[in-house]
This record gives sequence, structure tokens and C-alpha cells, in this order.
Amino acid sequence: MRKRKIEERLFKGLMLLSTALVAVSLFLIIGTVIWKGLPYLDWDMVSKIPDGGYYFGRSGGMLNAIIGSLYVAGGATVLGMLISLPVSVYLNIYLKKSNIFARFAKLSFDVLFGIPSIVYGAFAFSLMVYLGVRTSLLGGIIAVTLLVIPIMVRTLDEVIIHVPKDLKEAALSLGATRWEMAKVYFRQIRHGVLTAVLLAFGRGVGDVAAVMFTAGFSDNIPVSLHEPAATLPLAIFFQLSSPIPEVQGRAYASALILTLFILIIVVVSTILSHKKNKSS
Amino acid sequence: MTIRLFKDKVIGTGMLICSVLAVSLVLLVGLGLYWRSVPILQNHTLWELLGSASWRPLKGEFGFLPFILGTLWVTGMAILIAVPLCLLTAIYLAEYAPLRFKRFFLPLVNILAGIPPVIYGVWGVFFVVPLVQHGIAPYFVDFSTGFTVLAGGVVLAVMIFPLMVSIVVEVLNTIPVALKEASLSLGATKWETIKKVVLKKALPGIVAAMVLAVSRAFGETIAVLMVCGNVPLAPHSIFDPAYPLPALLANNFGEMMSVPLYDAALMFSAFALFVIIVVFNLISRIILQKIEVTHA
Repeated sequence: MRKRKIEERLFKGLMLLSTALVAVSLFLIIGTVIWKGLPYLDWDMVSKIPDGGYYFGRSGGMLNAIIGSLYVAGGATVLGMLISLPVSVYLNIYLKKSNIFARFAKLSFDVLFGIPSIVYGAFAFSLMVYLGVRTSLLGGIIAVTLLVIPIMVRTLDEVIIHVPKDLKEAALSLGATRWEMAKVYFRQIRHGVLTAVLLAFGRGVGDVAAVMFTAGFSDNIPVSLHEPAATLPLAIFFQLSSPIPEVQGRAYASALILTLFILIIVVVSTILSHKKNKSS
Repeated sequence: MTIRLFKDKVIGTGMLICSVLAVSLVLLVGLGLYWRSVPILQNHTLWELLGSASWRPLKGEFGFLPFILGTLWVTGMAILIAVPLCLLTAIYLAEYAPLRFKRFFLPLVNILAGIPPVIYGVWGVFFVVPLVQHGIAPYFVDFSTGFTVLAGGVVLAVMIFPLMVSIVVEVLNTIPVALKEASLSLGATKWETIKKVVLKKALPGIVAAMVLAVSRAFGETIAVLMVCGNVPLAPHSIFDPAYPLPALLANNFGEMMSVPLYDAALMFSAFALFVIIVVFNLISRIILQKIEVTHA
């Protein structure tokens, strides 16, 4: 009898310990980035492009990479939404839940979601070679679009499923066509669309492996789709492998910028999805 | 009236085309990568590529064994660390934790999931690698740079925490309360109920979560590249450096394209990664769909 109680206590202790460890790992990561990055963070970092000799510790900033990342992620998010929204509307509103194609498609998006970004990067690169596109902003946008489509479709799916069924039945009983019904749905899923956009954008800003060989790197802010673009994560990666402490410090500062950016996105999208849950 | 129906049809067809295109992406990616790796498959047998340990691109020898073993070591290490921690955490969250704690903890997991891989890499280089070098390795081996299988495993483990915890929590939530109550009413303690009823029932879902986590770890690139050391030799202990497949791809892509077949060899490694990950994902997603866990 005592043994059973002791076992219960023991495992409960282990559970608390591992829960604490998981939580601590998060704070360790964020803490590390803040602690190392803060001393190097200044206004130049976010307002200037690299001067000559920047990578040897001279003056300049990371504006090229920040803008590059925003361009790549922004372009990919817009393109991704143009594809994902029709797809999830079709699969969830036009088709019945039991439809074979709908089920197959959902499984496919689950699988696509699991494919690592490096594979998308390699695929986009061969696509670019085939089409004769050089490493450029355009290439980066194509690669990241492929990466964010499954994220968006899955997020939208989740939102549309949670719209009350009565709405669908009410619209149909009034003689609405499926497209008219879909328009009714749009009103209900606005928050969800925003969540999907934020998630995709966050993923696009943070990803390295997909843009590594597709977007290239440049010290200038790209002014056309055919110019190479620097991205923030790639800039972090390059600077961290430098032996010069000053440059390494800037890598930490860039990491801090990226982390803050992602934190804002995650917090806003969490608040949004809470709002949605409350209103429904 | 007919205009409304016409509109409905036209828009529907447009969306159907979009859907078919998006779904066929799986096939397109696979075919594209295969097509680009054909040259190397014509010159070398599959067995040569996967089973040979000599990686000398300049001599035309492309043995992927060191990289495959590197991937397996690092992934294995990560799973070894992550599975017990995540299981215990998930059980605590699903069965013991008060609602308020859950409300506080699950958003944290979300944040952890949102942090970009490169930040994990930065953390690995600054925190985990020195820890391994000065804090752990000296007790076991004479010398280690810290850029090791162990460091890669720790970083990867933290990266797959959110995925595993959120799926396992959801799997545990699908277990009927009646089942637990039956066990408790027979006098079993809570832990005995979890051990003998809940975990038994949740086993397929937990296995699916593990398979998903493995495939996530397989494909993780930049963080692993930053902390594993990248020496193209098969590791013999967790204090040896490793060179996983995705790191190989990321390091060499776009360079050395003048070396014959090099490009095709790299594409082959991407194709191999793709095939393994698709198979793993299919297996676990089918299991998860069966037990109706679709979120996460």
C-alpha cells in the first residue's frame, strides 16, 4: 500500500521537474539572446545598411537584412494567402467533410507541413534553375511561399471548422448557392485569416534553410524582384561564424531583433485566437 | 437565377484548380528532386550511395553513410532526451495541472514553437556547446570541442518539445473520462490509472507523436549545422562531431557546382530526406486522424 503512494509521489515529482525544465528552456533561450544581444543593440543596427568593412567590425547596421526579410516574408504571405484561402474555402465549404478528395487533400497538407524548409529550398532552387531565375528576392519569395501554404491552409481549416454549423444550414435553407454561403463565412473567419497571416509571416521571417540558396545575400536593400536580398536569419548565421567579437556581438543583437519580432507576432496571434474562442 | 448558379460554378472550378495544384505539390516536389538526382543514380547504385563511407566529391565518390549515421545519432540523442521529458510534461498538463497553470503554460509552448531555428542555433552555440565542452565532456573524454552529437541532440530536443507536448496533450485529452473513472473506482491511484489505463489507450497516439518528432528532427537544418561540428566522419560516441544530411545540403549548395555530379548528389540527399519524411509523416498523420487528433 505504501509503495503505491510512494510511486505516485515519485512520478508526480518527475512530472513537475520535466514541466519546469521545458519552461526553463524557453526562458534560457530568450534570456541568452537578450543578455548577449542587448549590449550591442543600438539605433544604427536597425537604421543603416552595412558600410564597407562592416563584417570586420566597422560601422553600419542590418537594415538591408531586416527589409529583405520583411520583403521575402511579406511577398510570400500575400502569395500564400491568394492560394490558401481558395483552397481551404473549397475544401471546407464547397465539399462535404466526408468527400474523398477533401480528406486526401487534408492529409497532403499535413504531410507538406512536415516537409523541412531545406527540402523546399532545394526544390525551389531546381525550379529556379529550370525557369532561368537567378538567386533573387523572387526566388526567396517562391521558396517561402511553398513553405507557408500548408501552414496557412491548416490554420484556416481549423478556423472554418469552428464556425457554427447552423450558419451553413440557415444560409442553404434560404436558397443560397455555395459561393454565397462562402461569403457569409468570410465575415466569421476574419480573425482566423489574420492569425494565419501572422503565423505564416512569422515563419517566413524566421526561416533560413529555404532562403539560403534562393534569395542570396546582398549588402543593399533590393529595389527589384530580380536583385538578391539579404535576410535577417541568414545575416545572424553569417555574423556568428565570424571570429571577430564585435561582429559576433552584432549577430546576437540581430538575434535579439528577430526574437522580439517573433515574440510580438506570437503574442498578437495568441490574443487573436483567444478573442475568437470567446466570441463564438 | 442562372447567373448566380453560373457564378457558383465558375468560382468553384477556379478554387478546385487551386486545390488540385496545391495538393499536387507533394508529388511535384518529389518528382522535381528525383529528376535532378537522376544523373547520380545512373552512375552509382543506390547501395553504393547509401552504404559507402567515402565522401570524396572530387574523385567522384559519393558515400552518404557518414551523413546518414550523423543524422541518426543526432536524432536518436534528441529523441532520447525529449521523449521522457515531453511525456511526463504532457501527462502533468493533461491529468494533474490546474486549469490556471495550463492557461499560463500552453502559450509558453506556443512561443517556444514560434522561435526561429536560427535562434535555437545561437543559443546552442552560446550556451549548450560551452556547457558540453567544459561541463559534461571532461568527465567522459580527454578532449572535446563541444560541437558534438550531444550538443546537437540537446538543441534538437528543445526544438521538438513544443510539437511533442502539444500533440501528446491532445492525445491524452481524447481518452474517455469514463475509462479513468472506472479504474479509479476500483481503488487504483491516479498514477496507476495513468500507467495502466490512460497510457495503454494513448499508445498509438504517442507513437505517432514520436514519429512526427523524429521526422521534424531529421529535417532540421540550421540549428544542427551550427552546433554539430560538421566533420564528415561517422560519430562513435556522443562526444564526437557529426555531419547530418541537411547540414551537408546547406553547407555545400550552390558552391562547387563545377564538380561533376556534385549537384546531383546533393539533390539526391534532398530527395532521400523528402522520401523518409513523407513516409514518416503519412504514418503518423493516418494514426492521428484515426484517433481524431487533427490539431497541432
